[in-house]
Amino acid sequence: MSLVNYLVLAGILFAIGSAAVLVRRNSIVAFMGVELMLNAANLTLVTFARMHGDLSGQVIAFFVMVVAAAEVVIGLAIIVSIFRTRGSASLDDASLLKS
Amino acid sequence: MSVDLAATLVVAIPLLSAGVLLLLGRRSDGFGHWLGVAASAASCVLSVLLLLSLLGSPAEDRSVGVHLFSWIPAGELSVDAGFLVDPLSVTFLILITFVGTLIHVYAVAYMEHDDDRRRFFAYLNLFVAAMLILVLADSYALLFVGWEGVGLASYLLIGFWNQRTDYAVAAKKAFVMNRVGDMGLLIGMGALFATVGSVEFDEVFAAVPGLSEGWLTAIGLALLLGACGKSAQFPLQAWLGDAMAGPTPVSALIHAATMVTAGVYLIVRSGPIFEAAPTAQLVVAVVGAVTLLFGAIVGCAKDDIKKALAASTMSQIGYMMLAAGLGPIGYAFAIFHLFTHGFFKAGMFLGAGSVMHGMNDEVNMRGFGGLSRYMRVTWITFGLGWLAILGIPPFSGFWSKDKIIEAAFVGEGWQPWVLGGAALIGAGITAFYMSRLFFMTFHGEPRFNDGKNDQPGPEQHPHESPALMTVPMIVLALGSAALGGVLMVGESFFHWLEPVTGHVEHHEPVVPVPVLIAATLVLVALGVFLAWRQYWAARVPVTAPAGSVLTRAARRDLYQDVVNEAVFARPGTHLVRTMTYADTAVVDGAVNGLGAGAVGWGERLRKVQNGFVRSYGALMAVGVVLVLVAVLATRI
Amino acid sequence: MTGLTISAGEGVLFWILAPLMVLGALSLLFARRTVHIAVSIAGVMVGLAVMYIANEATFLGVAQVVVYTGAVMMLFVFVIMLVGVDSTESLTETLRGQRWLAALSALGLAILLGAVVTRAVLPEPVGLAAANADSNPVAVARLVFSDFVFAFELTGALLITAAVGALSLTHRVRLGIKVDQRTLAEAKLKRYGAGGDATLVVNRPGPGVYARHNSADMPAVDAAGNPVEESITTVLRVRGQERELPSAEELADAGHPYGSPAVEAPTGTQAKEIDA
Repeated sequence: MSLVNYLVLAGILFAIGSAAVLVRRNSIVAFMGVELMLNAANLTLVTFARMHGDLSGQVIAFFVMVVAAAEVVIGLAIIVSIFRTRGSASLDDASLLKS
Repeated sequence: MSVDLAATLVVAIPLLSAGVLLLLGRRSDGFGHWLGVAASAASCVLSVLLLLSLLGSPAEDRSVGVHLFSWIPAGELSVDAGFLVDPLSVTFLILITFVGTLIHVYAVAYMEHDDDRRRFFAYLNLFVAAMLILVLADSYALLFVGWEGVGLASYLLIGFWNQRTDYAVAAKKAFVMNRVGDMGLLIGMGALFATVGSVEFDEVFAAVPGLSEGWLTAIGLALLLGACGKSAQFPLQAWLGDAMAGPTPVSALIHAATMVTAGVYLIVRSGPIFEAAPTAQLVVAVVGAVTLLFGAIVGCAKDDIKKALAASTMSQIGYMMLAAGLGPIGYAFAIFHLFTHGFFKAGMFLGAGSVMHGMNDEVNMRGFGGLSRYMRVTWITFGLGWLAILGIPPFSGFWSKDKIIEAAFVGEGWQPWVLGGAALIGAGITAFYMSRLFFMTFHGEPRFNDGKNDQPGPEQHPHESPALMTVPMIVLALGSAALGGVLMVGESFFHWLEPVTGHVEHHEPVVPVPVLIAATLVLVALGVFLAWRQYWAARVPVTAPAGSVLTRAARRDLYQDVVNEAVFARPGTHLVRTMTYADTAVVDGAVNGLGAGAVGWGERLRKVQNGFVRSYGALMAVGVVLVLVAVLATRI
Repeated sequence: MTGLTISAGEGVLFWILAPLMVLGALSLLFARRTVHIAVSIAGVMVGLAVMYIANEATFLGVAQVVVYTGAVMMLFVFVIMLVGVDSTESLTETLRGQRWLAALSALGLAILLGAVVTRAVLPEPVGLAAANADSNPVAVARLVFSDFVFAFELTGALLITAAVGALSLTHRVRLGIKVDQRTLAEAKLKRYGAGGDATLVVNRPGPGVYARHNSADMPAVDAAGNPVEESITTVLRVRGQERELPSAEELADAGHPYGSPAVEAPTGTQAKEIDA
């Protein structure tokens, strides 16, 4: 068992999260993919903190968490307001930004 | 009146009149033709005043420069618009304005039934103004302005009846062939500027001794090309016959008396250049000799009275060119023949117009015959012109043409024999075809339906033209008859021109002068006799016989159009097609391809901008992966 | 600094947790119901919290549970409720090539990241025993309030901004008068008085109550024996979970459940004849 395992797991989770963002049409699900990616990053930070014996990694992961919380609030508010005006939470329906 | 003012007004009046007539349009229909006549007449009066003023001053002062304004002040090239009033230009002034005024008067009656008579006079005045600029200019640049001006007027007047396609084509042909010559003149001017740094006559001539002969020959040949284009000389002669599409007064004024002689004027004016370039001078003489024979041969076969006269004009200008190519001994003769030719040829053209006027615009001489009974005045005036061009003493042509033949026989080696022989033979052929023309038209049996004979075709009632037409003809006929002799009294004309042409010692021709005169007269008599036997004494077939190979060739202008077509037009067309193709395929292809490529790629890339945030995300993610691969690849 | 020895227990923990977490994460890609996904991800978050604690980040582990599992994921569930439980989506892809691009990028990322971390020359693990001498939260707090205090203050501003932003984003300006229960009831009665339908005044019918079925998913039956569609909640209708009213034959076979129209019932109440 090596700490690298954590890093590989973080990579896999990150990839899954990114794939979810790309594949899922439901904005809430895609948003959860984003959260998963953030958490994967956090896992690497924590792992590296342990590897280097330096708590800075943990502090940064903590900040990421705070920012993620703020981001979730705003993101979900946007989803809700779009749902209210357009009656849909699908990412593909909000495709007005095209040539 | 000062020379400055007179020289300015002599140009300004017809120019102003042309502008007024063109700008007022139909409102000036009622008086337009008389305004045109008045403008031309005023110029004529002013020209006479100028002549008198020059005659009144001593010979060495007979060259007055008139500065008009600074025209092209462009760095090293500074051209002033200015006039040069000297014996040569005043001679032309008299010829242009006097003959021009007579033709204006004639045209009042001739064009009476044309709705566009006012426009016709506007163009005529424009022509007179441009021609006067041409001969008065004191620099090649201003000469070129007049040169192009007469080209424009010629184009407008040849195509005056442009509702007929072939007339419009004839106008275009004349215009395009003149452009070829103009290119030569432009190149000559460019070469002058490159070598001398100026295009003004006196500066150029002053600089001639310092120039290499190669440059001078090149400049001379370029100027000759310009002269060939304007004067319908070989090889740019093809347009003159078609130019007869214009109304007859136009043919008389522009394509017989004045404009077509501008080339001779250019050569004579540029005399100092040609004297320093013997090769170019010889080419001028050869071109003249070739053209005089060419025109004479073509003239023998033409049945169209105007085209026969046009061929004759070409031939006579060939004589002038030949004389101009002989150097200072020939200049005065060239101008002298030009002057007398202007009178008798204009008179004959007006006579041809009068015949056409009485014959319902018929031009085919095979449909004439015996017209002397119906139009006495025309017959007599035309006859005087005929005698003049034949060179029968004491009529004008004898004095001028004989001098040229004499001068052509002056020299050493093969030149006098070839050039003089050509001139001599040309005189004989001239006698033949002019007599043919005269006899076919005025003598023999009538070959038109006069109501009494059994000729086919519509009934014709030939009649004499009104006084407005006959009076100019009479005046010109008097000139044809007497002018040469009068001007030869004490060789006054040559002394008058001496300040320009220079005094030349008399040279003896290789054959004694009396022998030459006798030979010329014998040949002329032979030509007249042959013409009499064939076209007066014998019956002239109404439809042209097939004729010999030479006749058929001459009818087709010795295949000049065919040659031009094959040598220039068709390769040119192919060249242009190739260039067009290259332009569209290569140049435009590259540019359009670039544009189309950008558009195409834009269209394709536009599809990427589909508005779906997931697509953008996917591309971004792939981009991130690619960047990572690239970064890692460089690390390995 | 001393080297780090990783206990076998941690290895076991990892190998149990990691597959579960990947499995939970894969629900993001393959599950149809949003709620299922949210719950799965909450599980992944809990797994991560456990891993943080195993990685000597006790404070972060707890914070992860509180912030993510407790707050963020519950927020997601709330939004799912707001947006509607019907927001299941079909998994058929509508964008051409999107699947391939996604697969390419995801696999590429996974392979690249995996390759990088496995092949990178990493230092010998140090461990946080020394750093966590005064317990992990105290050590983290020391850092947060010393080296990172400026960032910490900034996050305060960020959170307030986010809160205000969320408020303003979801705020709706009321354009008409506020409709309370009383005015609604008065409006209904007024319409009834003006000749409106009596159903405006009374409550909507509740779902049918049948002994053999969940009462909520069966439509009520009106006097003519026809199902009343609006007696079933929208959620069930949207999900397609409501049940069909049994046909007369089925009812006849099954005897006479209470309240159901019987075959022998008076003809006037028979649905078919009325329809005819």
